[in-house]
Amino acid sequence: MTALAHVPTPTGQPAAPPPLPRGGRRRLLPYLLLLPGAAWLLLFFAVPLFQLAAASLYDPSGSLSTGYALTWAFGNYPDALQAYWPQFGRSFLYAGIALVLAVLMGYPLAYAIAQKAGRWKSLLLVCVVAPMFTSFLVRTLAWKTILSDNGWLVGLLRDVHLLGPDGRLLATPVAVVLGLTYNFLPFLVLPLYASLERLDYRLLEAAGDLYASPVQTFRRVTLPLSMPGLIAGTLLFFIPATGDYINAELLGTPNEYMVGNVIDSAFLVRLDYPQGAALSFLLMAAILAVVFVYLRRAGTEEVL
Amino acid sequence: MRTPLRPLTRRGLLTGTLGSAAMLATAGALAGCGTKGAVQTEAGCVSEDLSGTEKKLAFSNWPQYMDVDESDESKRPSLDAFVASSGIQVTYTEDINDNNEFFGKVQNQLAACQGTGRDIIVLTDWMAARMIRLGWIQKLDPAKIPNVRSNLLPSLLNRSFDPDNRIAVPWQSGLAGLAYNGSVAKEIRTVDELLTRPDLKGKVTALSEMRDTMGLLMQSNGHDPANFTAAQFDDALNKLKRAVDSGQIRRFTGNDYAPDLAKGDIAACVGWSGDVIQLSGENDKIKFVAPDSGVMLFSDNMMVPNKATHKANAEELINYYYQPAVAAKLAAYVNYICPVQGAKAEMEKIDPKLAANPLIFPDEALLSKSKVFMALDEKQEKEYEGKFQQVIGA
Repeated sequence: MTALAHVPTPTGQPAAPPPLPRGGRRRLLPYLLLLPGAAWLLLFFAVPLFQLAAASLYDPSGSLSTGYALTWAFGNYPDALQAYWPQFGRSFLYAGIALVLAVLMGYPLAYAIAQKAGRWKSLLLVCVVAPMFTSFLVRTLAWKTILSDNGWLVGLLRDVHLLGPDGRLLATPVAVVLGLTYNFLPFLVLPLYASLERLDYRLLEAAGDLYASPVQTFRRVTLPLSMPGLIAGTLLFFIPATGDYINAELLGTPNEYMVGNVIDSAFLVRLDYPQGAALSFLLMAAILAVVFVYLRRAGTEEVL
Repeated sequence: MRTPLRPLTRRGLLTGTLGSAAMLATAGALAGCGTKGAVQTEAGCVSEDLSGTEKKLAFSNWPQYMDVDESDESKRPSLDAFVASSGIQVTYTEDINDNNEFFGKVQNQLAACQGTGRDIIVLTDWMAARMIRLGWIQKLDPAKIPNVRSNLLPSLLNRSFDPDNRIAVPWQSGLAGLAYNGSVAKEIRTVDELLTRPDLKGKVTALSEMRDTMGLLMQSNGHDPANFTAAQFDDALNKLKRAVDSGQIRRFTGNDYAPDLAKGDIAACVGWSGDVIQLSGENDKIKFVAPDSGVMLFSDNMMVPNKATHKANAEELINYYYQPAVAAKLAAYVNYICPVQGAKAEMEKIDPKLAANPLIFPDEALLSKSKVFMALDEKQEKEYEGKFQQVIGA
């Protein structure tokens, strides 16, 4: 604080430093600031991505012992898609349903914490984030216990005849979607909370003064103002949920496997690197396309 | 106080980044790429042995595959005795959880003839076969492991991937067969019951290890998994597919079927003998079944990878564990099939009940119906594994 005392108070025009001519050091500054992040990104993202792109075009008849030749085998893409389109579609379907569920749960939650929680705000936020302190795997395994065939939840659902006497939750699409919803919910809630927290309560009062009903106020004032948070949250939710394979692996059956499971098996079990790489790129491209269309429709530039 | 920085727009940045990435990609691609073969030869990848000067050994193994002291889990009696008698400091790491995963972990180093920092690794037959095929494993000196030659179970001698018994030495063996939880299901006897009995629908799992699941199915069709044709494989695969499509099979698992079987979420499964014995120790309703059509025998093998620098120390440890008394001590804890002859007599002194257990010391009748899966070449492996993965959904 003592050092700050010598800084001249900003009255009127800044006294120092004088603007440098264009092309001077100042011009380079943003790039210098970017350097550490960019180097990191280059080394750990761009280079592996490039290798993956090359691998997706390897000759599919190659193998680990003979090596792979880069033959620009674009046929890997349609081949991979033809073999695994059900898992591909399922990834988007499950992630989509989970997203809808998460928004239905997450929006009221974020709203309540941001606007109504008062002094409980911090505690409630901690409750949202606390599960993230344990590993993703442990949380998913806990769901196995909750949804277990002999657990109280399934027992209860059978008693009220929501499930047949032999019905089950574990190893069904329901379990996978529930797992996805739960595991990625905080990614949706936190950005949403941040934008709802900034919501000016006086605007809501003004809407009331202008005879807007609560529903109208929500649709015309609250929702548009929270859009940046909602869009950021849905993206943060949807993108990892689509690529996830842990939930399908632990809570589902082969009939629920998503594209992540296929990529995992292509790289680790079948050692089919070209196919695994091609599927990874297809997934990236598909997610990019979905996100692009979504942002166009949602019409906001605030988040990208 | 804000001074105007040169505007760096998001759009400009994105364009720039994408542009440079595209250029980088094109340049790299034009430079030509691809990978070289991963095969190493004995002459091309020579390993140095520093055992004479370094009394050290790095031993990587699976979890719960070594005896521990009941009062102090950090003590490993048989291993500690080896350290005391030989003066070799052993770094014991339980870092192998899955054959495929471990392969992914070490493949880049071994393909480039670099060390992995491990002197002994323990891998299942088929993965051992793959690594041997790739030339990644050092040959052992038979003169330094005399106990292996004299005490290895005859049924594990001269296996197709190691005809001279000098590359891969079984650590423990086991059986893949059927298991069921008697508190949720009636006894099962055959693979067909597992795949079709209506009361088990949706409560059955099978192993994602192709050789175990498919081997059992082929045997149930009357075919020999040690020597089969592509048509016979497809037959068994169709049988499996029907069970998956009908919803009979709930999922395919690794070791993780064990807690589900104990909880009763699954009633019956394809499982491994050692797991099931451990479970039945806690719950006697859980039983292992060796179907009459046959069971699969597998081993996890100790191997010395290329560039491991303590081969002689490793040989000393391997030889040590092939003493019947030591093998019995180990078998009493891990409950898998003990590959060492003579250990049964030693076991009678420790625990007569375990000595009588055919899943630790199998009798002739059980051994005669156990098969080892045929060794596959790379092309077959890719083809069969691909077909199997397609059916199990990944």
